[in-house]
Amino acid sequence: MQYFYVFLVGGALCAIGQILIDYTKLTPARILTSYVVAGVILGGLGIYQYLIDFAGAGAAVPLTGFGNLMAQGVRDAVDQYGLIGALMGGFTAGSAGLAAAILFGLLAALIFKPKDKS
Amino acid sequence: MKLTPQQYDAMIQKTVPATQSGRTIPAAFLVGGLICMLGQGLTDLYKLFLDQQQASTLASVTLVFLSALTTGLGLYPKLAKFAGAGTLVPITGFSNAVTSPALEFKSEGFVLGLGAKLFTLSGPVIVYGIVTSILYGVLYYFTGLGG
Repeated sequence: MQYFYVFLVGGALCAIGQILIDYTKLTPARILTSYVVAGVILGGLGIYQYLIDFAGAGAAVPLTGFGNLMAQGVRDAVDQYGLIGALMGGFTAGSAGLAAAILFGLLAALIFKPKDKS
Repeated sequence: MKLTPQQYDAMIQKTVPATQSGRTIPAAFLVGGLICMLGQGLTDLYKLFLDQQQASTLASVTLVFLSALTTGLGLYPKLAKFAGAGTLVPITGFSNAVTSPALEFKSEGFVLGLGAKLFTLSGPVIVYGIVTSILYGVLYYFTGLGG
């Protein structure tokens, strides 16, 4: 049953993205950015955690989940270090995902040849 | 021929094929949902050895790896053609946005080609994500919002 909720929420978040592509002039880059920013805001308001509790990876895997992670990280850092934590938490929480994307992106770009756009 | 923006829009409407939302939205839902289920499967698998937070992080890292690999192999772009936002919105879409321009522009050199273009699409995501998180952190410090 848990996997059904994962599919439902994850699918719905992607369907919203598709609606934005089909019916607005938002480019994919803007949608990526908007999702992360929306995740930070919803995470900051304490709303997004309910979605994570309900749908697990269905809420964590979409980029809103990445934004939520950053909001969480900032909250933890401010609790621990005070105001300076506002500058620390976002990168701390997002570090694994960002570092992995940079590492694997670099390796893939080194190893593979660009494909023809067809 | 001089055209007003309105006339131009009207001409575009006639020539651009109508968006087939009846196909694109279910495709995005299906593929996006499946990618999230894969993420949940990986999380549950890793939870046999790790705590929830570590398992979830490692699952994200695995998805990022798979996306970079399949982007390099040219498979992810093929899936993206079918799935649209279903391959964009999950964290695999972020990884694809890092790998794809890095791969495409490596011919321009390792520093200003590969190294710089790696952030062409992901840079804005990081910039606005981080700035929003900083603003939230300041707000949280003074008001306790969301704590």
